[in-house]
Amino acid sequence: MVGPLHYLVLAAALFALGAVGVVIRRNAIIVLMSIELMLNAVNLTFLTFSRFPLVVKGNDAPIAGHAAVFYVIAVAAAEAAVGLAIVIAVFRSRLTVNVDEIDSLKN
Amino acid sequence: MIFAASLAAAVVIVVLSATALALWYERKLAARMQTRIGPQFVGPIGLFQPVADLLKLVQKEEIVPMGADRVLFALAPPLTVIFALAAAAFVPLWPGVAVVRSDVGVLLVIGFGGLAMVPVWMAGWASFNKYALLGAMRAVAQSISYGVPLVLAAMVPVILAGTMDLDGITQFQATHHWFGLWPIIPGLPAFILFLLAMLAESNRIPFDIPEAESELVAGVTTEYTGMQFGFVYLAEYVHTVVGAAIGSVMFLGGWDGPFAPGLHWLLLKTLCLFTFIYWIRWTLVRLRADQLMTLCWKWLVPAGLGLVFLSAAWNQTGWSR
Amino acid sequence: MAETILFYIFAIGVLFAGAQVVLRRNPVHGALSLVACFFFLAGTYVLLAAHLIAILQIMVYAGAVMVLFVFVIMLLNLKDEELGTPRRTIWKGIGLVSVVGATGAVAWRGLGSAYDSVLAHGAATQLTDMAKHTLPGAPFGSLKAVAHAVYLNSVLPFELTSLLLLVAVVGAVVVAKGKI
Repeated sequence: MVGPLHYLVLAAALFALGAVGVVIRRNAIIVLMSIELMLNAVNLTFLTFSRFPLVVKGNDAPIAGHAAVFYVIAVAAAEAAVGLAIVIAVFRSRLTVNVDEIDSLKN
Repeated sequence: MIFAASLAAAVVIVVLSATALALWYERKLAARMQTRIGPQFVGPIGLFQPVADLLKLVQKEEIVPMGADRVLFALAPPLTVIFALAAAAFVPLWPGVAVVRSDVGVLLVIGFGGLAMVPVWMAGWASFNKYALLGAMRAVAQSISYGVPLVLAAMVPVILAGTMDLDGITQFQATHHWFGLWPIIPGLPAFILFLLAMLAESNRIPFDIPEAESELVAGVTTEYTGMQFGFVYLAEYVHTVVGAAIGSVMFLGGWDGPFAPGLHWLLLKTLCLFTFIYWIRWTLVRLRADQLMTLCWKWLVPAGLGLVFLSAAWNQTGWSR
Repeated sequence: MAETILFYIFAIGVLFAGAQVVLRRNPVHGALSLVACFFFLAGTYVLLAAHLIAILQIMVYAGAVMVLFVFVIMLLNLKDEELGTPRRTIWKGIGLVSVVGATGAVAWRGLGSAYDSVLAHGAATQLTDMAKHTLPGAPFGSLKAVAHAVYLNSVLPFELTSLLLLVAVVGAVVVAKGKI
């Protein structure tokens, strides 16, 4: 029997994977992909709590979790579009997508 | 469960054999249009020509080009067939029966159609060949652009019928009117828009720049040999057959028809649409890449938005109730 | 039973493909693994009775977002020297351990307090399972139920999302185009 805990552990593991990607990778595109992984881990948590709510007030309250995921998907798509546009602009001026070398604000 | 599984198996077999028949039918049709005779030696009136083609392809050596990404190269062709076949699961076959009935059937069909270009891109990239890569880039750009008018055109029946269930759309058409015919203003233009976008999604003439043989040798299939090539080739035909079936479900009433409604009407309508698509293929020339994008973004997308608005307005009049 | 088997298939798929995204040096492999990961994730969404969200996930991520990534990767056409030499520094190890530790700690605390009373009794069955709460007319997770939640209960965020998408489209074009 698969309960909410299974889904939550999966979501936590996926979130950790995405966070590790953000921390250890230097390719900006991979970093963006890892952010997408983290956002999807959050979606999975939303849907889990939506199906297994702790408190039910009214008949259709838990479905709000699905609406939240809907918004997260839209925002994530917007984020990917803008993020990749920035990657392209940076690559054009610096000829690199290595986030370690994009450090002109540092000095 | 067992019924659904056997139905799924039956649908796969029917679609694949219909595709084999379509291969023969298209060659005959093309030959007639060019005052030739077409295949005639294998079986009666060349009917077993696809079988002979298949046997030939199976015998060929499979070559993996040097520098290719072996895993992706091998994985891409079967995936193209799987994704092309997946959409067939949602087609309502006769009243109330489909392999998978879902209240978001329209989205599922479009989603799997969009997913179908992932293996195409995989094939193009893994081939390590400039023609294949260019073809793949064109295919992806075209598929993503024409996905927009496709969705907009598909929204017209959804709005008119008030459901995203493909069987619900068909049932609404059976009790009211076929959307391709009435209401004539959002209906017929939406049908034409759907056909155009579907032609582009499945990379057929006049939208076949991804494999324009005069520029790109054979597009993504350039480096493929034997049955691997066969898979990609087959997937294109499956795509067209399933696309024609979905077009007839959404705009021509699917299984609905005079006398006895049922699967035969769906098959007949699919055949008609298929003939129409191949008529276009063997008549028109191909568009240039920039013309293709201009047509999509400057004409079809605004038209689609207008049609969505008009169909919402039609619903408000209440004339169809 | 079927749910358990499917869950483990999807979970292993998600984690394996996700690990490929993080670990592969070639961004093309990363992008394709991302698609695979989202595909399996859509499977778990179906298990959570979220059919609409699952197909939206496939349409938006596997269709649109993946194409964006692929196009950027092709546009940039990164060579091996631009990707840099692989390094194994102590900092990577520290980052990995601290991130995993922090996520684990937060997850442990969160799960512990939220489900403590329920899990103490050793059964998830005492929780409300909305998938079994079939409501008349609009089953849980169906198009109708989600549409109700989005278009009636939270219409302002929905409109704001459309505005956000418009801004993102304009912004992406302006930033990426260089010369307008």
